[in-house]
Amino acid sequence: MAVIRDVMPAFELFQPATTDDALALLAKYGSDAWVLAGGLDSFDWLKDRIKRPKVVVDMSQASGLRGIKEVNGGLEIGAMTTLTEVVRHPLVKEHFSLLAEGAELAASPQIRNQGTIGGNVSQDTRCWYYRSGWKCYRAGGNICFADTPTAINREHAILDADRCVAVNPSDSAPALIALDAQMVIRGPGGERVVNAQDYFVGPDINIMRMTVLKPNELLTAIRIPGTWGGAKFYFEKIRDRQVWDFPLVNVAAAMKVSGGKIDQIRIAVNGVAARPLRLTAVESAVIGKPADAATGEMAGKIAIQGAVALRFNAYKIPLLRNLVKRAIGGVQEAAWKS
Amino acid sequence: MEIIEFARSPWGQDVPIHISFTLIWVCGIAGLAFLIGHAIYVKFMAKPEEFEVTPPELAAKVPEKIARHSLVSRLFHWVMAAAMFTLLFTAFLPKVGFPFAWVTYHWMAGLVLTASILFHLIHANFFLDPWAIWPDKTDIEDAKRRLLRARGEAVPAPRKFAKYPMENKMYHMIIVLTGLSVTITGFFMMFRVSTPFFTRNPYLFGDMTWGWMYVLHGLAGVGLIALIMAHVYFAIRPEKFAMTKSMVFGSIDREHFLEHHDPKRWVVTESSK
Ligand SMILES: Cc1cc2nc3c(=O)[nH]c(=O)nc-3n(C[C@H](O)[C@H](O)[C@H](O)COP(=O)(O)OP(=O)(O)OC[C@H]3O[C@@H](n4cnc5c(N)ncnc54)[C@H](O)[C@@H]3O)c2cc1C
Ligand code: HEM
Ligand code: SF4
Repeated sequence: MAVIRDVMPAFELFQPATTDDALALLAKYGSDAWVLAGGLDSFDWLKDRIKRPKVVVDMSQASGLRGIKEVNGGLEIGAMTTLTEVVRHPLVKEHFSLLAEGAELAASPQIRNQGTIGGNVSQDTRCWYYRSGWKCYRAGGNICFADTPTAINREHAILDADRCVAVNPSDSAPALIALDAQMVIRGPGGERVVNAQDYFVGPDINIMRMTVLKPNELLTAIRIPGTWGGAKFYFEKIRDRQVWDFPLVNVAAAMKVSGGKIDQIRIAVNGVAARPLRLTAVESAVIGKPADAATGEMAGKIAIQGAVALRFNAYKIPLLRNLVKRAIGGVQEAAWKS
Repeated sequence: MEIIEFARSPWGQDVPIHISFTLIWVCGIAGLAFLIGHAIYVKFMAKPEEFEVTPPELAAKVPEKIARHSLVSRLFHWVMAAAMFTLLFTAFLPKVGFPFAWVTYHWMAGLVLTASILFHLIHANFFLDPWAIWPDKTDIEDAKRRLLRARGEAVPAPRKFAKYPMENKMYHMIIVLTGLSVTITGFFMMFRVSTPFFTRNPYLFGDMTWGWMYVLHGLAGVGLIALIMAHVYFAIRPEKFAMTKSMVFGSIDREHFLEHHDPKRWVVTESSK
């Protein structure tokens, strides 16, 4: 398909200084408006002329949405805080290093300097059929080009697919789910707060969106409660190249262990479904068990239950199994180093 | 406003992909406008219906209760109604802003509808009088008479109805068309999604054929919004309520029969008493 790169079609640009102004613009223009954060996902769409919003609401001037503050032993991270700021923040590093790990493994330093945490969790899938402008289910059509007998689908989903087999590519999302974070959303009706795992939607519920955000809503902040501060963390990401590459599969776990046994755990994975998945069956199965390789093995097997491979992505099943196994069994030894 | 959405296929062909979903609103509003218009017409403008008088000797033979729908027919009707409502809600609620995991419930209800239609075809053709629901010569003549009388022309009064009034017969015809359209296309569309019955095969047809199939499914689907609205509206209108009750209890009473039906055209046999 002919694609005109690097020349964006004209749109009206707004740079509101406050969230209220931004919300007023979104209320006025509705689905004609596009929220712009760091632009690393947005500009692809605009330059490729695949998404053609009439209005772009650039949030870079809304300084109220940027920064990290301590709240009741936890953190509140403004949606426009860059990934680099998240990675470098002393409180994140000290108490919630799981997030620092996830965020630091995303993309490249330049992208992290520009990309925001709000944008990272709200980014669209990287399925190339969709991103090349084919009118697939996700683009409002009636077919999935990635799920045909001849499709190239090495990076696609093994779990929870429903007509669309795309995956969510965010590295920060599973870490936030494991940390029991909450997403603060503002819209015309005021503020609503949703749990991180409920922020994301699968294609069974809404095949055209990755999150519960409505066109007139903004993600304003991400709250991380103090509950999991200082727990044992495990983050691992497997990708084709060691920098600048999206995850094939990643795993994030937060665990509280006493006497060698798992007291509490939250574990989430991404790159395997259209939304990051919290593995609640694994969590229930491993509580009270030793955090060792045998428990990890069992957990890995539970994690892949129901997995269905497409033509080229069967490797993701053992990959997911092994990452979950390591997250549980290897958590003691596998401290991540920057 | 566009009625059909098109897209470029990988072969560079412009193919239809489905209806424009604004048609949901168009049909919903059209259905509502029809109900309001009809209710106003009946209340303020319509003249009382005039029929040929039933000869008293024939009327005398009509029993107190006349069976209208067998238990099997009633069961079929309500199973079909449940499937139809499930299909309408699962298809359209997510498209008007209430997202939920609809596809599996949708094709399951679709299979129930298809099975009940197949059952109905066999039951109606082999165990009931299949012609009772199709307009006959008298219906067409009487429809003309009613029209001419409404225009004030002096033509003989129309006869009373056989088992089914003309409107029921017309409605049934439209439902046959839309119902067959959604079920036949819906059955093939099940090859596009994952079901436990057969292996997905998005290449079963070419893009163009698939596209028109989605369009037909959608057009018949939105048409059913207005049709079902009208159906429910007539079912609860006071003058038609006796018929609705007969879909629950199976029979109509003598009074209603004599008011609307012609014992010559709907011969009450022992089995319908
Ligand atoms: C080459 C490359 C490699 C990458 N590799 C990785 C990787 O390995 N791991 C990874 O996790 N990511 C990766 N990314 C993705 C990148 O990190 C994200 O695209 C980026 O973080 C998105 O953030 P942004 O601030 O640029 O958002 P934008 O691109 O501006 O926005 C992304 C989407 O979110 C919406 N949005 C953004 N902020 C808000 C808000 N506050 N409220 C409502 N909606 C909002 C926008 O409307 C848009 O739809 C990569 C990107 C590139 C270009
Ligand atoms: C009242 C009857 C019905 C209505 C109103 C209806 C409506 C719809 C609509 C609007 C869609 C979305 C199509 C699109 O995206 O273009 C759809 C999809 C679908 N319908 Fe129906 N339908 C009905 C009956 C049926 C029946 C009887 C079946 C099966 C036997 C069926 C199977 C399907 C399937 C499998 C899909 C999903 C196709 C896809 O997403 O690719 N439907 N239906
Ligand atoms: S996987 Fe999803 S995004 Fe990719 S072609 Fe299929 S429907 Fe479109």
